[in-house]
Amino acid sequence: MTALLQTRGLTRRYAGLLAVDNVDMTVRANTVHALIGPNGAGKTTLFNLISGLAAPTQGSVLLDGRDLTALPAEARTALGVARTFQGVRVFGAMTVLENVLTGLHARRRTGLWAAVARTPAFRREERAMVERARAVLEMVDLAARAEQRAGALSFGEQRRLEIARAMAPSPMLLLLDEPAAGMNPAETASLAALVRRIRGLGTTVLLVEHDMGFVMDISDVVTVLNFGRLIFQGPPAETRAAPEVLEAYLGHKVAARLAELAERSSS
Amino acid sequence: MPGWLADLLWTYQNVVYALGINGLLALSMYVVLAVGQLSLGQAAFMGLGAYCSAIMTLKLNLPFLVVLPVSCAAPVAFALAIGVPTLRLSGVYLAIATIGLGEVLRAVYLNVDWLGGALGLSGIPEQADFWMIYGLLGAALAVLWLIGRSGIGRAMEAVREDETAAQVMGIDVARYRLGALVASAVLAGLAGALGAHTSSFIGPNEYGFEPAVSILSFALLGGIGTPAAPVAGAWILTLLPELLRGLSDLRLVFNGVIIVIVVLFLPEGLLAVRMRRRAA
Amino acid sequence: MLAQQLVNGVLLGASYALFALGFTLMFGVLRVINLTYGFYFTAGAFVALFLTRAFGLGIWVALPAAALAAGAIAVALDWLLLARLRRKGAPELASLMVTLGGVLALNSAATAILGSDIRRLPPGLVAGEPFILFGLRVTTAQLLILVASLVLVGALVGLLHATRFGLAIRAMAEKPDIAGLMGINTGRTAALVSFMSGCLAGAGGVLIGLNFNAIHPYMGESMMLRGFVVVIAGGLGDIRGALIAGLGLGVVEVLTAGYLSSGLKEAVAFAILVGVLWTRPSGLFGRPVLRQA
Repeated sequence: MTALLQTRGLTRRYAGLLAVDNVDMTVRANTVHALIGPNGAGKTTLFNLISGLAAPTQGSVLLDGRDLTALPAEARTALGVARTFQGVRVFGAMTVLENVLTGLHARRRTGLWAAVARTPAFRREERAMVERARAVLEMVDLAARAEQRAGALSFGEQRRLEIARAMAPSPMLLLLDEPAAGMNPAETASLAALVRRIRGLGTTVLLVEHDMGFVMDISDVVTVLNFGRLIFQGPPAETRAAPEVLEAYLGHKVAARLAELAERSSS
Repeated sequence: MPGWLADLLWTYQNVVYALGINGLLALSMYVVLAVGQLSLGQAAFMGLGAYCSAIMTLKLNLPFLVVLPVSCAAPVAFALAIGVPTLRLSGVYLAIATIGLGEVLRAVYLNVDWLGGALGLSGIPEQADFWMIYGLLGAALAVLWLIGRSGIGRAMEAVREDETAAQVMGIDVARYRLGALVASAVLAGLAGALGAHTSSFIGPNEYGFEPAVSILSFALLGGIGTPAAPVAGAWILTLLPELLRGLSDLRLVFNGVIIVIVVLFLPEGLLAVRMRRRAA
Repeated sequence: MLAQQLVNGVLLGASYALFALGFTLMFGVLRVINLTYGFYFTAGAFVALFLTRAFGLGIWVALPAAALAAGAIAVALDWLLLARLRRKGAPELASLMVTLGGVLALNSAATAILGSDIRRLPPGLVAGEPFILFGLRVTTAQLLILVASLVLVGALVGLLHATRFGLAIRAMAEKPDIAGLMGINTGRTAALVSFMSGCLAGAGGVLIGLNFNAIHPYMGESMMLRGFVVVIAGGLGDIRGALIAGLGLGVVEVLTAGYLSSGLKEAVAFAILVGVLWTRPSGLFGRPVLRQA
């Protein structure tokens, strides 16, 4: 399988704090790839570096072989990177449909003068965009809410709206920042189904999550960060048992004790 | 034009012109507020348009058809000089720098004899008329309304609501903000040139701090849900001192109080009308 | 003569620094661009005018009284305009706008009530002939500005670094939310900072009204541009920066007026402002205030 996203020696320093430390990460196309680690491990910073909202101190980001490092966030979106945010950042004063339409901004071909003159090309494009937006809303089960003000939606609905908005331009890579946060088990299950559907559509998903059940259930590959460094990368089953991972989450003493217990029970 | 209308216009000429010009200024404020910026340069840009057009007409004897577009372009350089470096800075820098611009230009107009000094420039021929002013105002309203109800309008609102999220949608936030600032400079320059050529006299004290803040009060009173709203705000605040004679001395106090009340209690503006944007 | 120009420049700069000090303090601690600051300046001058003309009080009473009066006005206006926004955690631009409206209303009201004529403090208020020091001419008013500036700045720095209140103020400047959690009464601290800024502005108004022999309702407004230049060039919120930039601006202005043209003073000040924005927006010492992500 081909590598869709690669980071090479990606580093971000903030006045003495190494938030991301020399991370070489590979995300393969058509996978669901999880990024986990204790709080403060650098996951959101890494997301910001990949999506272009932060500039690296060192290193590079490659999408499908193409170096994105010098490009600003809006350019990366045009090339096929999409993301959601921790908490939700929908445009509250706009309707649900309008939110998704802003997601299609990068795909718009007609310009200012076409809009003012309301040319046939402009009208056609608007119609096509609305159709596409409604289709995406169907996918996340929000079609009935299309004309409602986004700010009036429930938290879970706003989450789905954010995902719909990000998916509207059919991105190559979708970055989900803690999508399951604050969700009950039923919502988490339908989120998992949604993520699988997204992978089925050809989009690669890279997600940050703390809900281990969700991560183990849905991911093909797991990357573990601690103190900004990549300490493990592999399939979920292996991740669970890896000593470096246990140590990162549980601390040295507890991890050592667990290893001891495991050894004793297997001997 | 029917006789009674012509008579009415003749009697209240100044007010009618002022309504049109202030309408343009309100739109100039609207475009920057629509992308979530606070620029107070409208009065300064207006002054540049006014002086530029007056000089071109009086001293260079150029035809108005040339004078008008050039006067609209004149403030753009200043807009960019301030707008570009403040793109990555907090919004207060743009606000402060544009206030400063007005003060500086006032000092320049006062001290440069060639620009008329303290006496200003007089004897400007009346090259603009009712149709021109209101025609241009109507055109500007139409263009802004059409833009508002399109993908560009959505992008502007996105930038206003949440810049970072907008960026991630692929919206070039910097371009929208600079674009709005330039548009605001052009509209204000237009208002200045038209104003100069209807009032025959311009002076250095007409484009400073007080007018700049008054323009903000137009937009805050009307709200920015739709381009017509700030224009309505401008018309109310222009007509009120005319209708209530006692109020005209306290006009500026009133404008200031409006701003305070709106910011503290009514963030949507008194005439809040949110644009319903039906796609296509 | 150059030396004389420099002296005049430094003394003018001291008044600019004094003006900018309270303004930058308000930004540093309260995170607000408070445009009614210019009004405190004007108010101080008018209070002194009133006290000296109506009651014949001397400068040594009028000056502190005017400063205190301006401080009180500052507290009142802060409560009226800004306290609510602070509680709601409103964005900076909201505070800027509300003070913008406020200062327009106040200045216009003052002009309507007091008229726009230029008034003067009673002659002979500050004694005597100009001094001649090392061949340079210095008026008593200029000396007074210098001394007052030094005293006020010294007092401010002393307060900030050697008292509990000062500690509370510095804590609020660094981390406003946490300061509240640490038990610092942010409301009272904010009022105190407003009071101090108001006093500084009021004192500045009296001193400048004395030095330039002119008091009118728009004097605060004409200082505004200088205030912006000093505060941005020195760094928003930084006291040292305000001092150095203020002195520097005074010197540059006097030299411009002397060697180029008096009409270009403001243009040069503005050019400095734009230059700083292009090259080093954080100013000499400030932290750059970038857009929030």
